[in-house]
Amino acid sequence: MIRKRLNAPRLTRRTVAAGLGASVAVGVFPFNIVRAQGAALKVGVLLPRSGVQAGIGQDCQRGVDIAPGLLKDLGLPALEIMNADTETKVEVARSRAEKLISDGAQVLVGAFDSGQSTAIAQVAEQKGIPYVINIAAAPQITEQGYKFVFRNFPTAGMLLSDAFANQKEIFAAAGSAPKTAVFMHVNDTFGTAMKGGIDAVMPKFDLPYKLVETIAYDPAARDLSVEISKAKATGADALLMVSRLNDAILLTRELVKQRWSPMAIMSMGPGWYEDQYLKTLGRLADGPLSFVPWYDPNKPLSKKLDEALAKAHPGFNLNTNHVYTFEALLVAADAYKRAGSADPKALADAVRKTNIVNNVSPGPGIQFNEKGQNDKLKNSAIQNRGGKLVTVAPKVAANAKVEWPLKPYDKRG
Amino acid sequence: MIVRLATGIAPRTLVLLGVLLAVFASLPMLASDYVLTVLILILYFAYLGQAWNIMLGFAGLLSLGHALYIGLGAYTAAALYVHFGIGPWLSLLIAVPLAAAAGAFIGFLAFRFRVAGVYFAILTIAVAEFARVGFDHLNWTGASAGLFLPVAQYAHNDLWNLRGHPLMFYYILLAATVFAFIGCRVLLLSRMGYFWLAIREDEEAARAAGIDTFRYKMMAVMISAGMTSFGGVIYAFYYNNLFPEQVFNISQSILIILGPFVGGVGTLFGPVLGAVVLETIAEGMRTLLGGLGVDVPGTNQLFFGAILLLVVVALPEGVWPWFARRFGVAESKA
Amino acid sequence: MVPADILLNVAVGGVLTGLVYGLMALGLSVIFGVVRVVNFAHGEMMTIAMYIALTLFAAFHLDPLVMLVPIALAMFAFGYLLQAGVINFFITKPEHSQFLLLIAIAIIIVNTLLILFGPDAQNVQVAYAFDSFQLGPLIVDATKLYAGVAAIVVAGALFVFFQYTEVGTAIRACADNYTGALVVGLDVGRFYALTFGLGAACVGAAGTILLLLFDVTPTLGPAYTLLAFVIVITGGLGSMPGALLGGMLVGLTEALAGLLFTPSAKSMFSFAILVLVLLFRPQGIMGKKAA
Repeated sequence: MIRKRLNAPRLTRRTVAAGLGASVAVGVFPFNIVRAQGAALKVGVLLPRSGVQAGIGQDCQRGVDIAPGLLKDLGLPALEIMNADTETKVEVARSRAEKLISDGAQVLVGAFDSGQSTAIAQVAEQKGIPYVINIAAAPQITEQGYKFVFRNFPTAGMLLSDAFANQKEIFAAAGSAPKTAVFMHVNDTFGTAMKGGIDAVMPKFDLPYKLVETIAYDPAARDLSVEISKAKATGADALLMVSRLNDAILLTRELVKQRWSPMAIMSMGPGWYEDQYLKTLGRLADGPLSFVPWYDPNKPLSKKLDEALAKAHPGFNLNTNHVYTFEALLVAADAYKRAGSADPKALADAVRKTNIVNNVSPGPGIQFNEKGQNDKLKNSAIQNRGGKLVTVAPKVAANAKVEWPLKPYDKRG
Repeated sequence: MIVRLATGIAPRTLVLLGVLLAVFASLPMLASDYVLTVLILILYFAYLGQAWNIMLGFAGLLSLGHALYIGLGAYTAAALYVHFGIGPWLSLLIAVPLAAAAGAFIGFLAFRFRVAGVYFAILTIAVAEFARVGFDHLNWTGASAGLFLPVAQYAHNDLWNLRGHPLMFYYILLAATVFAFIGCRVLLLSRMGYFWLAIREDEEAARAAGIDTFRYKMMAVMISAGMTSFGGVIYAFYYNNLFPEQVFNISQSILIILGPFVGGVGTLFGPVLGAVVLETIAEGMRTLLGGLGVDVPGTNQLFFGAILLLVVVALPEGVWPWFARRFGVAESKA
Repeated sequence: MVPADILLNVAVGGVLTGLVYGLMALGLSVIFGVVRVVNFAHGEMMTIAMYIALTLFAAFHLDPLVMLVPIALAMFAFGYLLQAGVINFFITKPEHSQFLLLIAIAIIIVNTLLILFGPDAQNVQVAYAFDSFQLGPLIVDATKLYAGVAAIVVAGALFVFFQYTEVGTAIRACADNYTGALVVGLDVGRFYALTFGLGAACVGAAGTILLLLFDVTPTLGPAYTLLAFVIVITGGLGSMPGALLGGMLVGLTEALAGLLFTPSAKSMFSFAILVLVLLFRPQGIMGKKAA
């Protein structure tokens, strides 16, 4: 773990004005008053950057890398980032969280995975250090009565409700809808939580399609040909997916090889929009819809985040990992500014009263309910188009129209 | 009894034991919460290493699937607590026999058909993996979505329900480690202990001498499994969330084994010393590299692997036998 | 009921993939059969080969199937040096210190790969990646077919080597009778190194082929080490046809279990097969009765 001095707390009226010029006011403070704050806020960032989840952890880290410049532009106090690698282990996540706090971390941010996040949450709660979860969808985390744990990421149930609402919007816009669908999900923490959510949420939405079969597959699967054979045999119109990156690539290859092009591929999780997916599959990557926590391309800060990422890491599309990791840091910096001190209690109170409207994710902005959950968060529907990602629903946060149905794989030259 | 336990131990060793115990008992007073977390991990692995050592160190049975017993203990206690509010100590009445039964199942399969050595080791992995995938599909325990224990902040330590400050877990684990240490010494001095060593050294000869090798190997597996499941119960209540992918993972089994391997298989001090050495190296590596400003993920594990390699090349018998010879604190030969 | 044509497609795919698994397991079988060392870094050695193939493809656009032999040779050298330089000193040490040694080597390999290549899954894009042959109702994945054929060819070459060359015969002598081999003056250490090299070449070839079927990540290793063990013990340790047969059996079982039951639990079935084999035929399907 190293500490990086991200930017010195030199806040002049000019930099603040420049930052605010392009964007809306942050929080509730008037434009012209910037309280001088002595030191940068020490933020401990915990991410699984080695071990099984290394790919995603390192992707989230890119969101951390681009944060300081943007926060500075927003006139927010500087953060001193303390990075820690959880090695994709619950034990390490816990001991690293303790270490960060003993090294002086005043806020914790992380940790992508539900198990590791739960372990960190316990440490944070016990120590009374505010903890802002960047990504983790297990509903239980914010149902424990924690007072110092906050999550600016949708739960499985929220993800699904928005997914179904967006699907109906898309069907209406396209003027056609599938009558049957087969649901395939990866049998891991996230996949199973989503499966449970589907059973509970789906009946509430009067959807035009019926699930004819549910196929769960192994997260470490080496070969998914059987899974696709099975799905193809149902003759369903559409494929409903919850997957990860590797399996999304494997499944697409099998779709091509087994010569099956459903009317639509609707994914409700990672994989189908990720850079590696687009890069690996090229033209075959076009078409799938992903119903995910995303960014609102029409919000000014989204454009800035996109530009910052393009500059720091050319060739990467802005995605969920960057957006929500950045927003977690945004929450910390914003709370620090309003609290005016790094006292953990004052910080936690400030986080609870967060009301950031100039943000990136879709919806009214970042606010937390009494459980520490941002329940106002909206999710988007995005579509892969020529190696880029466009948002097709909901209409308020969209920048393109849906292409429907999926162009058959064997007619792509 | 105590006199008998102490006979054959060099006075220096007894002094060392006393000092060790005093150090461990008083360490939390000096330690920060971070160091306490690391100490808890050390004791956790020391205890589990001791339990595992009964199989390989005493009876010569290489188990690479001890995650199975951890998982069974953890899931039994957690599920009973979540579904019926049954406290962890009562759950031990179910968890321990269950783990022992699982051990007996593996032993029964293996020993009747003379499955030994590597074959036995792979069988233990296979059963643990089978259980992992099985629990991934067991809805009663949350399947792969995980089992979460309710966490609330307790003003006081509730020893009965294992809810409270990490310090409580530290002393429970310390007591367990001491208990396991003495228990293993008792076992070694018992009739069964001698039979185990005979089996370990030469099973054919032991059988020829009239030892019921099947029975005593079964005892080794069952005792080891039962003891290990207690570690699982502590795991469940300390971390408060369980995922089959984590708990039953083969890497858990390997972590348990590394301690005794590094410390010295078949010795009583080995598992404890090994746990201390390994956790110190792992944490030290993270802190050292962090201090040097190296932030390349994977580097610390790389160095950890390299140090492990050096240890096994330099001290293939383990650190404790070397240490014991060097400082004249040898245990009576196990 | 599942239609017959789907059943057939799935079964053929399973057997072809299983052949490549078998080739990978063959390496393990050869090493254990002769050197008596349990190679717990087997899957990690496979990932090394996959990364070599990946790098060659990215830099020079060399097809993995064309590079099969050179990569196998490189892995041979790697295995030879590993055995001659490190593992040979552990031959007479207790089994568990060999185990610890190989665990340490595995940890080093995984994290070196992570540092060198990053965590993202990577693969090669060959022209025939998406080809499939249609034979009536049967759709055969072209890469799988090539992979299966390549696996058989490599296994065949190895078989010829062991049966019909002088070195091969000498190695078998070392395996059958360590002391006897010493007595007649064979340089056992060198033959062990040769054998470990051959085992590494096998798994290297398998890794190169497998890169056509799926993507490589640094953490892929352990799962394949385990898979190799399951296959080898099922087929019979030390038996070459046994390893291939075991591979096919595991491939077929997993495919059919995925089709007929739930795919997420299919690995349970291969473990179940292992348990059954250990129960009723502990020496493995093709194995000789343990000495």
